[in-house]
Amino acid sequence: MTRIALYWLLPLHLLITGCTDEPWNNPYSPQQSDQNIYYDVFSERPRHLDPISSYSSNEYTFLGQIYEPPLQYHFLKRPYQLTTLTATAMPEVTYLNINGEMLEDSAPADQVHRAIYRITIKPGILFQPHPAFARSDSGEYLYHDLDKNDLDNIYSLNDFSKTGTRELTTADYIYQIKRFAHPGIHSPIAGLMSKYILGLNELGATLNSEANASSTKSYIDLREYELAGVQYIDRYTYEIILKEKYPQFIYWLSMSFFAPMPWEADRFYSRPGMKEKNIVLDWYPVGTGPFMLTMNNPNLQMVMERNPNFRGEPYPAEGEDTDKSAGYLKDAGKLMPFIDKAIFSLEKENIPAWNKFLQGYYDTSGIDSDSFDQAVQFNTQGDAELTREMQAKGITLVTAVTTSSYYMGFNMLDDVVGGDSQRSRLLRRAISIAIDYEEHITIFTNGRGMPAQGPIPPGIFGHVEGREGINPYVYEWKINQPVRRSIEDARRLMSEAGYPNGRNQESGRPLILYLDTPAAGPGSKAVLDWYRKQLARLGIQLVIRVTDYNRFQEKMIKGTAQIFMWGWNADYPDPENFLFLLYGPNGKTEHNGENAANYSNPEFDRLFNAMKSMPNGEKRQIIINRMVEILRRDAPWIWGYHPIGYSLHHQWYSNAKPNLMANNTLKYKRIDPNTRKTLRNQWNQPRLWPVITVFIILFLSSIPAWRTYKRRERSSAL
Amino acid sequence: MINYIIRRIFYALPILIGVNLITFFLFFIVNTPDDIARMQLGQKRVTQEAIDKWKADRGYNKPVLWNANADGMKRLTETIFYSNSVKLFVFDFGQSDSGRDIGHDISQRMWPSLAITVPSLLLGLLAYISFALILAFFRATYIDVWGVILCVIMMSISSMFYIIGGQFLIGKYLHLVPISGYDTGFEAIKFVALPVMVGLVASIGSSTRWYRTIFLEEMNKDYVRTARAKGLSEKLVLYRHVLRNGLIPILTGVVVILPMLFIGSLITESFFAIPGLGSYTIDAINRQDFAIVRSMVYLGSVLYILGLLLTDISYTIADPRIRLD
Repeated sequence: MTRIALYWLLPLHLLITGCTDEPWNNPYSPQQSDQNIYYDVFSERPRHLDPISSYSSNEYTFLGQIYEPPLQYHFLKRPYQLTTLTATAMPEVTYLNINGEMLEDSAPADQVHRAIYRITIKPGILFQPHPAFARSDSGEYLYHDLDKNDLDNIYSLNDFSKTGTRELTTADYIYQIKRFAHPGIHSPIAGLMSKYILGLNELGATLNSEANASSTKSYIDLREYELAGVQYIDRYTYEIILKEKYPQFIYWLSMSFFAPMPWEADRFYSRPGMKEKNIVLDWYPVGTGPFMLTMNNPNLQMVMERNPNFRGEPYPAEGEDTDKSAGYLKDAGKLMPFIDKAIFSLEKENIPAWNKFLQGYYDTSGIDSDSFDQAVQFNTQGDAELTREMQAKGITLVTAVTTSSYYMGFNMLDDVVGGDSQRSRLLRRAISIAIDYEEHITIFTNGRGMPAQGPIPPGIFGHVEGREGINPYVYEWKINQPVRRSIEDARRLMSEAGYPNGRNQESGRPLILYLDTPAAGPGSKAVLDWYRKQLARLGIQLVIRVTDYNRFQEKMIKGTAQIFMWGWNADYPDPENFLFLLYGPNGKTEHNGENAANYSNPEFDRLFNAMKSMPNGEKRQIIINRMVEILRRDAPWIWGYHPIGYSLHHQWYSNAKPNLMANNTLKYKRIDPNTRKTLRNQWNQPRLWPVITVFIILFLSSIPAWRTYKRRERSSAL
Repeated sequence: MINYIIRRIFYALPILIGVNLITFFLFFIVNTPDDIARMQLGQKRVTQEAIDKWKADRGYNKPVLWNANADGMKRLTETIFYSNSVKLFVFDFGQSDSGRDIGHDISQRMWPSLAITVPSLLLGLLAYISFALILAFFRATYIDVWGVILCVIMMSISSMFYIIGGQFLIGKYLHLVPISGYDTGFEAIKFVALPVMVGLVASIGSSTRWYRTIFLEEMNKDYVRTARAKGLSEKLVLYRHVLRNGLIPILTGVVVILPMLFIGSLITESFFAIPGLGSYTIDAINRQDFAIVRSMVYLGSVLYILGLLLTDISYTIADPRIRLD
């Protein structure tokens, strides 16, 4: 029987592994084992790969490596700072008053009539090979006039036999900015940019009226339309003209919204029949970056390969003080990218992804709550360290406080918890003390979070560390650390607010509050029960109103929610990107903005307007401190926490310093494929003895049955 | 028989219209076009203008069922229902809310589903019938008793346990096959081996018990007694008579699910990262992509009706006494 088992298993093994010594459970082709490939996962298919539409981190994983806006974040330096990517230098910014006269950089925003960003790009940058650029010998584009019949045997971009390239010019950047106004393209920041870029609204109106007049959705050649806010200076220089001073605009220039788009691609993808075959720009990007998407199957794998036309970019030679000792400067000056290919596999479930990481089939992994105890333990000082199992595999742990905030908000339009009265303010502060986020972080995030003292996370200008940085309404400074105020303090505030022991002093009725949340399912129940218990300590009855996501959004827009949970990831490392979440004119109910709490304080709004256009410095810090103090006093949010990201790296994976602002970090990463192959083989030797044992047991247990069968066959009827 | 089939196809039409209407109403009670737009546009900085633009581009700015501002037939045709659902009757699934051609996606994703479901069905049938025959053969012995107990235990365990347990034991501990993933061609074998085995083991309890009952029922019939009386061996009785007659209810039960094999398995595909139609549907539900959900529900209904029709036809083939008039 054992031999039978081996006979059965051996051909199966040979069939699976292609007659090599590869591990049986290798999910990749055996030929890939020696190759310089980076392996990672993705859990959700990207919705958009058009850089004008994409606004999601899971899409930036791919887009960031393909498209090149003029600027990028420095890979190593902290605090985060911008540097050039395709630009030769940082943009020259000129401010003009209403008479067209130049103003100082520090000019107040109300005096600035125009802000001009002049950008010069590097010559010689080439687009990736793409059929949109393919030309015949006579110089005519091969695929720009295709009709449906020409696409009979075309099912993907790879089915086009010819490709071409051309040099990147400023016209490509200008073309992309005009796409904000295109009636058939949906950019999430089109509204925001229309507010700032001169003439974008007008261009949108023109294109809309022409599209409405036309009965068919035909290709719009945006080159034929003028946009006052973007000026072509020469082949390598262009200007963007803003209607007002908006210093944060420079950060947008590092995002793929402002990446170049060749008109040829737009023309190519607009041909009849292309959309029916899913050959669209939203699926097949075309850029100048170090990688190009060669396989886009978001149901299985996304594969990026080195762009053969990429110019090469030197690895940074400067960083933080500790970067050298951490090994992040070993490749200083060497041309990137360091890997040839990146394979991202779809893993919807955490357990298979985690196990495959442990087997060496993914180079890096996050840690979900199911596997946290297997990976991380806390030492006596309370610091996170890897378990012995992880250390034995040579895995390293990298942590970083994210530039995000998870908070609980009060609807300031609500009669009980909202408003500017002292009564509601004290009630909000009491609740802020009662909800013990230190405990929340310990129980629900395995300690992976930092209690927030205000809206601005660490790493962003304006965040203050230490004693000066604590929220005095919720914390006290004791033994060199913030300590949450006692529940007695919160109860005292409740009494002052007119709710002693959680009852309305006037009516005697218990105080009932409502938490609206889209969080459903068994996983969320424990968290919601925890919130209920926290408020019960003040005698408040918290009613959880779980609704589906759409109804929750509707409540938030209509302003009918009372208490809610929300979060924000930084778009860019500027305090404006967090403080605008509480700016009155951004109120969600009245203005459909991002101020979900509908908080409005004239003093805060005035300071916000002054702060947002100031350069970082002492003056700005003073204003920010004043703003944060107003927020802490009014407590429209319970400040919640800033998550700490934990990631695990295998020993063959390097140059992976966490950079929470940059999207284009794949080019920095380095892999040692030989070490990986050796360890994979070592870790994944098949264990056959349990299978053989099972076969033996089955064989032995079948002997009595066989005897019974034989006896029956031999027996007579009488 | 042709008349019968044509008549059944006509009977199916009102069912399909009903399915289409119910799906449409259910979805639009839960989601307004604004909700769908917001879901597609993302969560940050979405303005009402962007929502209106998205709706206009996708035709979601029309009235849902009745356009009072239009004239004549346009009152009916210039609606979301007409423009999105009527084309389904000619299997024109249109585009998903994210702009992809649904028909193309379905044609791509049905193959991985079939790669799991077809071997699961065939190997499963082989295994379940074999085990059921063994239990029936050894009826009222310790093998039968313990076999039934084992079946009851196995059918009482959640399929999730088999999936996670299978991944742990076969993929993680024994290192015999990849834990999850998929590939095309021969490479697919190493990926489908585990989900097929897990699917087979997960259903072995219930299927074996059902088939055993069928075989036992046959074994108590007169023709079996006659076969034994004329001196046939138990093996021959079992394979030549009991199995043949027992296969009639088994095969008709199998035929009804044949068309549904295209739809795939929702949980298995998700856990094993198989890019089939099951995960396609789950993704669409999570993303609230109404166009895909509607198409998949409609396709499921058509396939189910087709399965029932095939079952009726298979009766006539399996049992010559049955005629379809």
